[in-house]
Amino acid sequence: MRLRRTMLYLPGNNPNMLLRGHLFNPDGLVLDLEDAVAMREKDAARILVRDVLRQGNFGTCEVTVRINGMDTSYWKEDLEAVVPAGIHGIRVPKVEDPKDMVLLDETLSEIETRAGIPLGKTLVFCLLETAKGIWRAYEIATASKRVTAIIPGGEDLTADLRTNRSAEGTELEGVRKMLVLAARAAGVDALDTVFPRITDDEGLRKEVGFIKQLGFDGKSVIHPNQIPIIHDVFTPTEKEIEKAKRIVAAAKEAAERGLGAVSVDGRMVDRPVVKRAEFTLIRAGLSEEVLS
Amino acid sequence: MIRNALGRELPESIPGYGVVKPFLGHDKRVPEGNRDGGRIKATFGNQTDKVLPDIKAAIAASGLKSGMTVSFHHHLRNGDYVVNMVIDACAEMGIRDLTLFPTALFGVHKKLIPHIKSGVIRRIMGSVNGPIGQLVSEGGMEEPVVLRSHGGRPRAVTCGDVHIDVAFLAAPRADRYGNLSGVGSKSACGSLGYAFTDAMYADCVVAVTDCLQPYPIGNVSISQLYVDFVVAVESIGDPAGIVSGTTQITRDPLRLLISRYAAQLIEASPYFKNGISFQTGAGGIPLAVTAFMKEAMKRREVKGSFGLGGITGYFVDLLKEGYVERLLDVQSFDLEAVRSIASNPDHVEISADWYANPWNKGCAVNMLDVVILGATELDKDFNANVNTEADGALLHGIGGHQDTAAGAKLTIISQPLLRGRIPCVVDSVYSVTTPGEVVDAVVTEYGVTINPRRQDLIDAAKEAGNFPLLSMEELLAKAKDLVGPMEPVQTEERIVGVIEWRDGTVIDVVRQLKAKA
Repeated sequence: MRLRRTMLYLPGNNPNMLLRGHLFNPDGLVLDLEDAVAMREKDAARILVRDVLRQGNFGTCEVTVRINGMDTSYWKEDLEAVVPAGIHGIRVPKVEDPKDMVLLDETLSEIETRAGIPLGKTLVFCLLETAKGIWRAYEIATASKRVTAIIPGGEDLTADLRTNRSAEGTELEGVRKMLVLAARAAGVDALDTVFPRITDDEGLRKEVGFIKQLGFDGKSVIHPNQIPIIHDVFTPTEKEIEKAKRIVAAAKEAAERGLGAVSVDGRMVDRPVVKRAEFTLIRAGLSEEVLS
Repeated sequence: MIRNALGRELPESIPGYGVVKPFLGHDKRVPEGNRDGGRIKATFGNQTDKVLPDIKAAIAASGLKSGMTVSFHHHLRNGDYVVNMVIDACAEMGIRDLTLFPTALFGVHKKLIPHIKSGVIRRIMGSVNGPIGQLVSEGGMEEPVVLRSHGGRPRAVTCGDVHIDVAFLAAPRADRYGNLSGVGSKSACGSLGYAFTDAMYADCVVAVTDCLQPYPIGNVSISQLYVDFVVAVESIGDPAGIVSGTTQITRDPLRLLISRYAAQLIEASPYFKNGISFQTGAGGIPLAVTAFMKEAMKRREVKGSFGLGGITGYFVDLLKEGYVERLLDVQSFDLEAVRSIASNPDHVEISADWYANPWNKGCAVNMLDVVILGATELDKDFNANVNTEADGALLHGIGGHQDTAAGAKLTIISQPLLRGRIPCVVDSVYSVTTPGEVVDAVVTEYGVTINPRRQDLIDAAKEAGNFPLLSMEELLAKAKDLVGPMEPVQTEERIVGVIEWRDGTVIDVVRQLKAKA
């Protein structure tokens, strides 16, 4: 289980940020070839991103690349350049048809085979930026085993919904709930869209509290200063950690003694609750307690 | 040629400077003999007014002649009119070959360049930056500039290394009998800390003010005991250049990251406890470090004792909110600090001598726990260079760098690893300002690098375990990996700058840049 509380976008045409983004310790990076890069810079950015990927200095971050949309002429070239250079996954914009996932899967398999990369290693993060994409979220998430997360759009999606983005996020509330439901049903992560007001720390904290409560696993990030705030919200409280520790310890003890059922604080605890408790410890940075 | 304790090659004597006393180590040289002093003067009851009509009259009355040494303070910073005003008048009066002995010069003083070229100014002892630094670096002055720290300068004066003939002291407020104040007027600058030694040791002291009030004024910084003459002028400076507005904490993510690591190092250190004292200055990173430290002090219920050095509104807030008991202010940076020093008895004005002179009976930096500093470059031995740029040109003064590093128990240099494509960590610094023996840690965006002689700090940092630690070798490799090798600076043999350690020994020299083809 990998933490994806924060996935930081880095403009694919900015060497300074591409080289140093990982220093801010997000859980993941999204090297962006799409919106951050102007049309006439697409080739230059692709080469730059490929070369930075080859250097491979990203600390412990999960490294992904947002390619150009499958409705453009760039996406295959993007994949050819970045997949062999060494990445964990691809973030695909504007997904609305499960068939595209099948096509993407096949294309990735070809590239992986040619590059000697284990088949299926490259994961797919789907950006659902239209009403249709959200509506078909479950089908998209299950169209390929590679799909590991689904992410709602922000600006594009609200435009498609014929509304606009408000500070309260009313317009995205239903979308977010649907997305979490689809993600859980499909067994993939639900990652939230970016918070665009980069100097509004309090607004960000509030929104992250809200999406965490909805069940999201993390959030896309457009400014490094947002990372500590999001991590802070996602970090479990002392009380939550203590409880999780008790559950995991009890489960371990039960396993050692060959017992199926686990009891904590006088209540029976089943396997999903233990998994949840383990996840709480991972979020608290105590993964060694889970593994041991 | 001789070698000093850092292995830097120095001539035994430098034309225009004299015999070189090589740097021996940070606390090795001790003074002998008595203090130097200004001339004794009598002022009797029939002399009750020291006001003269203008600058020229004061220059004439002071007895200033060609070849003498004149001093100035830099409390008016980039708003200062007084240095240019006085030197212009000297030029008009035919005075030449002056030694200029300012506490610092700023961009506004580039107007002195024609006076350097025409020979009105023969020598500068003090920081040179911007266009003057470039001029000196290219060999535009006959004699080398002498760079001293904020503590080294009063030391040089009190022990007689430098004798001031006439001190011209800009005074935001004065009375007719020579009491001077830094507050309560349009040109207010707060503390007059850097002016005290000059007032006490110069043969003649001329105060220049644009706010002349009836005797006696309040909030006196420098008293009538030391002042010979007072001149009222239209304006001593531009208020916008004298103090800044409210300083904002940076939002630059890289600087915030570095600041966070620095604050975490401080919190992990043994000094983070009740009574902690610190100096963090006014730059982007130091201010953010202070903000993160404040968070930590709040969280762990730690109260500090004093904040030192250049004081900003942020420190004033720390005082008001009880995070420190006292501010010791040698220089007030912004309006908040100026307001506070004028009204809060716990906001104490201190002289540069009190602040940092190693040769008195105890200066404030000795009581300091933590200081955050910057540097243009550092080397594998933790030697720091703040005086020259990557191209070898003189750019910055020493300020309190040497003094606070030598005095503080924890000296942290915090700096991005790269400025553009210029690395801040190199094999060997081009010129040394502060030796590695008084630098404890370097903090960059890659994490914290602790001087191996501080095993105690390394252990404390490992125990805290909440920030990345890397060795100097690893940091250096990273810098080389990112930017590749730098071309060495090409110089002539001629020495254009002498960098003194705070005790008057020579820590390094700066040579003339080779003319670019």
